[in-house]
Amino acid sequence: MKIHIRNGRVVDPASGLDRIQDIYVAAGHIAGVGSAPADFHANQVIDATGLVVCPGLVDLAVRLREPGLEYMATLESEMHACAVGGVTSLACPPDTSPALDEPGLVEMLKFRAKHMPGPRVYPIGALTRQLKGERLTEMAELNEAGCVAFSQADAPLIDTQVLLRAMEYAKTFDLPIWLRPQDAHLARGGVAHDGVVAARLGLPAIPVPAETVALATILLLVRETGARVHLARLSSRAGIDMVRRAKHDGLPITCDVGVHHIHLSEMDTADFNAHCHLIPPLRSQRDRDAIRQGLADGTIDAICSDHAPVDDDAKEKPFQEAEPGATGVELLLPLTLKWAQEAGVPLIRALGFVTHRPAAILGIPGGRIGVGQAADLCLYDPDAHWLVSPSNLASLGKNSPFLGLEMQGRVHYTLIDGHLDFRRDGHRGHHHP
Amino acid sequence: MMAHPQLTEDGRLRHLLTLEGLPRRVLTQILDTAASFVPVAERDVKKVPLLRGKAIFNIFFENSTRTRTTFEIAAKRLSADIVNLNIDASSLSKGETLLDTVANLSAMQADMFIVRHAAAGAAHLIARHVAPHISVINAGDGRCAHPTQGLLDMYTLRHYKGEFHNLRVAIVGDILQSRVARSQIHALTTLGCPEVRVVAPKTLLPRDVESLGVHVYHKMEDGIRDVDAVLMLRLQNERMRGSRLPSAGEFFKHWGLTPAKLKLARPDAIVMHPGPMNRGVEIDSEVADGVQSVILAQVTFGIAVRMAVMSLLAGAGAQA
Repeated sequence: MKIHIRNGRVVDPASGLDRIQDIYVAAGHIAGVGSAPADFHANQVIDATGLVVCPGLVDLAVRLREPGLEYMATLESEMHACAVGGVTSLACPPDTSPALDEPGLVEMLKFRAKHMPGPRVYPIGALTRQLKGERLTEMAELNEAGCVAFSQADAPLIDTQVLLRAMEYAKTFDLPIWLRPQDAHLARGGVAHDGVVAARLGLPAIPVPAETVALATILLLVRETGARVHLARLSSRAGIDMVRRAKHDGLPITCDVGVHHIHLSEMDTADFNAHCHLIPPLRSQRDRDAIRQGLADGTIDAICSDHAPVDDDAKEKPFQEAEPGATGVELLLPLTLKWAQEAGVPLIRALGFVTHRPAAILGIPGGRIGVGQAADLCLYDPDAHWLVSPSNLASLGKNSPFLGLEMQGRVHYTLIDGHLDFRRDGHRGHHHP
Repeated sequence: MMAHPQLTEDGRLRHLLTLEGLPRRVLTQILDTAASFVPVAERDVKKVPLLRGKAIFNIFFENSTRTRTTFEIAAKRLSADIVNLNIDASSLSKGETLLDTVANLSAMQADMFIVRHAAAGAAHLIARHVAPHISVINAGDGRCAHPTQGLLDMYTLRHYKGEFHNLRVAIVGDILQSRVARSQIHALTTLGCPEVRVVAPKTLLPRDVESLGVHVYHKMEDGIRDVDAVLMLRLQNERMRGSRLPSAGEFFKHWGLTPAKLKLARPDAIVMHPGPMNRGVEIDSEVADGVQSVILAQVTFGIAVRMAVMSLLAGAGAQA
């Protein structure tokens, strides 16, 4: 299959390319950028006039809900939703049921994912068995089975001795550990930021020190062990300041934020909107501003969707009883673009947070456009407006804080490995020559 | 613009979920209506026919005999039919969701739900999902709100102290975990009380509590000095998880209301408590039973206030 993508604005953050150009795809790879390779005869031409052609998005946290949580969403539905959102590579956290703590489970997931359309799936293995925070998993075996990193997802790791040993053991194999910094004791029972809204509504609170105390522990142990640690879902100004200093000191750490946390704050929970019950909690506007600043100055390496499809029954509950999380893969691009526009960040820089930079954290080659690269591409209309509504979301999770609001920027084509895995119906200019 | 969660388009009370965000006009209307119901209790026939034929459901997801009973008495005095339902939280975990339960009860031709639930916002959630003719009264949701308690406290204050604009009020005890305190604070600030104080150790205060418009005191002796009213809170033993306080004894020593401490307040200060009291933990018996205590009057006024809320929600107005 040879595809000629004609006249799109090609934006590749990794190389700095931003120009209207043609791209030629053959045998799953990019065969030409700007000029066609010799003897290139397209089977298909995509007219990308008016579209941005960027690397397929790389999302560091997508819950596919398999195995075991199919009542929330299925592998098929969420893989499709990823393609609809322009996501071509994803990392899935190990918080499935059972947790991804055995090679067989990981192999099965990889096998199932490989045989359906949709993104490349990179499982994150459980750091401890059943995510209980007690016994280490067989990290080397899991790595052979396809796990690219190890984490506790949102499960607590209370025992710091286990944490230290997990870092030492992972370092032995030079495997990365992903940790969401949260002290389980300080966060116990809490569901909301310890601020003005929790004071008013009487919601059990999670104070900022729940993040910073855990971060301090992690950073000291990284200093001690030299383990490669990725810090997931930072939420507070104080936490981001600590990471900024630690990076300045040369610690081998990276970090990400969830895309919702760039836009929302505790104020959005003021009417008990359970769609805004997220992990970590939405914090103050100052904290949100610090997240934006951390992105702007490069302290934060990546933006992820932290995709968590939840069924209506689990959301239509009082705030503190509602299942946390938001559907996100289809909002990752438009919400990143929205931030870039609001913050005056150039498009090419903004797209880096969802393409080559998360790819580097994952240690995978994707997230860039160049001859010889796998043809993982996202073609979107930067001017298209669309309404976030249950019927407009492909994910089985309709749980979004942005329901009823308009987004700008909509994916029209997603190519994965040179296959057109998603094509928005009704888009003009798509034809077979 | 979003619809007001508690008012109709023309500004009448639609649900009573929290005192936050209700205009002063509505709070005053409730208090004035309650005043017209107080004499009903003194008649031989303690009943008015305002809500005859209306079906009111007391839905308690969290046990409370006392609050449930006061609503029941209020409903009966208005001639409504009242049904009590204690819904064991465990039956919810067996599969039926909160909204399923509510839908089932709606199908029984209810006109009004009185809801108590352990989670903040439960009444708001139910109010968003009920049929248009059903009103919801929040009888306590987690730590969030207990609006009829807040209103009866305002009624009591107004009864003994007149208007709010020159009052100095201290709320003492477990502010953090108290829905009563939150309702009192919202009502007092809305009604124009110029100085609302909260008095508690740091472990029993929400962070950013000042944002509610209150002055924070840690020392009881400072906090109740020269106040017109002391609003004591029940120490929620059942919610006390070890690390917030070392002991009830130490709490009483520092924040319990004793005759000696009460002397620091204005000589005509009144003492209130939402009940049930822990004597010797937050309040000394001598104070609880003393001349400055209006605790039993609160209970009496509570019936009239709940009658007022029910009749206003039912559109029956203040023609008692």
